Amino acid sequence: MPKPTIIELRKIAKRYMMGEGGFYALDGIDLDIRLNDYLAIVGSSGSGKSTLMNLLGCLDYPTSGQYTLKNTNVATLDENRLAEIRNREIGFIFQNFNLLPRATALQNVMQPLVYQGLAKSQRKEMAEEALQMVGLTDRMHHVPNQLSGGQRQRVAIARALVTKPSILLADEPTGNLDSATTIEIMALFDRLHEEGQTLIIVTHEKEIADRCHRVITLKDGHLISDKNNPISNVKQKADEVSHV
Amino acid sequence: MSNVRFKVMESTRSAAQSVFAHRFRSFLTTLGIIIGVASVIAVVSVVQGFSASISAQFDDIGTNVVNIDAYTPPKSRLQGKWARLTYEDYLKLKYQIPGVSHVTPNLQVRGSYNGVTYRDQSISTRVFGTSSSYQKLNAVYCEDGRFFNPTDDNSRRRVALLGPSLVKKLDIKGSPVGQYIGIAGEWFKVICVAEQKGKLFGFDQDDFAVIPFSTAQSLMGSGQWWANIQISLAVDTTEQLPQVKQNITRVLRRAHNLNPGDANDFEISSADQMLETFDSIIGSTTLVLAGIVSISLLVGGIGIMNIMLVSVTERTREIGIQKALGATRFDILLQFLIEAVFLCMLGGLIGLLLGFGAGTLISDITDLPAASVPFWAVLLAFGFSAGIGLIFGIVPAAKAAKLDPIDALRYE
Repeated sequence: MPKPTIIELRKIAKRYMMGEGGFYALDGIDLDIRLNDYLAIVGSSGSGKSTLMNLLGCLDYPTSGQYTLKNTNVATLDENRLAEIRNREIGFIFQNFNLLPRATALQNVMQPLVYQGLAKSQRKEMAEEALQMVGLTDRMHHVPNQLSGGQRQRVAIARALVTKPSILLADEPTGNLDSATTIEIMALFDRLHEEGQTLIIVTHEKEIADRCHRVITLKDGHLISDKNNPISNVKQKADEVSHV
Repeated sequence: MSNVRFKVMESTRSAAQSVFAHRFRSFLTTLGIIIGVASVIAVVSVVQGFSASISAQFDDIGTNVVNIDAYTPPKSRLQGKWARLTYEDYLKLKYQIPGVSHVTPNLQVRGSYNGVTYRDQSISTRVFGTSSSYQKLNAVYCEDGRFFNPTDDNSRRRVALLGPSLVKKLDIKGSPVGQYIGIAGEWFKVICVAEQKGKLFGFDQDDFAVIPFSTAQSLMGSGQWWANIQISLAVDTTEQLPQVKQNITRVLRRAHNLNPGDANDFEISSADQMLETFDSIIGSTTLVLAGIVSISLLVGGIGIMNIMLVSVTERTREIGIQKALGATRFDILLQFLIEAVFLCMLGGLIGLLLGFGAGTLISDITDLPAASVPFWAVLLAFGFSAGIGLIFGIVPAAKAAKLDPIDALRYE
């Protein structure tokens, strides 16, 4: 039985008003993402993957087309509703971590819950739980400066997870990490996938993409391939990566 | 509503965090407000202390008191003609003016025997003769002993009333009452030490000796040119004041044989009039100060706006992150607005304390009356600071709220 679809893109286009007639960063994208998908978006730079990522993350509006997230047409929502969707449905993970520099790990993870209007004690409880999930209980009261790259990314993942979002959106999550830490983080993503989380990872690294179960490729704003990696392949890749 | 309250509380918490994270910068940012509020409070506290003490003085005197002094125009002075008020003038006023009471002559004892002696001490001070009604007019009461009675005056008794400062200066051991002091070469028995009145405009109101009017007259010799007296009286009701002034003018002009075209050679002043003058001085001083202060607060506000704009630029990325995490425009607006208001109110509080300290220091050093900060000034300083924060915080806060999350996240 197929899993329910949570994201449905229909003829999504994004045009930037530059030069004559503008420039299409995305042009007629159709894409379905189902619950518990483990999806990689690949493509060279300028292929439109960042634009797609911003649209999926409700940070931006498409120029045309339909974006349905959990039965809501997101393209027509006002800014406040978009903020609410970002807060409740989407967990962001960035290449450069994007932690609040003056806040401790715990405060960083508590931050999204502030916008849900939760009391401090409840925020703390949930944030501690999320930090425990990524194995950072002992570094909770450190500020980002005092953490290693891998630790920072795990704080960011905890922050993305704390609201129990429908999808986790990771933009080059291992781009700033060394290979050992990359393995750690990818292992964490694998585990989250096994626990039922839907993951979307934007990457240009083949190793990362091969590890995902489904890979879509963008080129010049068009979706040129949508393939499932054979399970055996994925397992093998996972072993390969872990032997680096 | 409770949602907004929650957000305000959360924003206040994060504003406090961000202000204390950059202590020195926050201090410099709000320095304009600190200085502005401190100067308001310092000046207001001094002026208010001043005004309170003067009002108290007027309460003592009563607003229905009229003083009459001789007045010599400068031109006559050059010719050596000096206007005088005489004992006869006093008698005329006392018996010819209706609606007044406690008509009191004051005669300054001057000449070669200026001052008061006690044992081997000789202290120069104000010595004047007056009648027993002086007590009622000027609310002078005895700390120790009794005031003059009419008999002292009528029989030219050699008795004296001393101000507490003079008693201290003369270094009188034990109770002064019953002891003898020397005035103009004669011995006077001290019958009263007056209650302390304090200083006014740095002028010691307790440094004086008073003797009965008739005694002073006999000391001075009434025919001499300096035997010029000052006359005080109380008007029964303040409504009668203009009428009484007119009557006094009429009586004195006739007594001094002034022709219709001549100027008065005397001046009539009432406490009421002085109080009015004083009030208008305080009023215009306050107005001028308010102007200066509003300029300094404006400058302070611009300082706040400037730093808040810098801070928004500096935190562009943070704002992007917050928006990605689900912050709405309103959340960001509130955060920066509250930060500005918080900063300003903190400045207001520090300014308040500094200003009060400065006010107290000024009044201590300069012998002015004790500084007092009225509650309205505290509220005004706080309200004004908060208002400045709101007005000058809105532009940076709106700028922050309007940021596009993608651009903000990409900002280096």
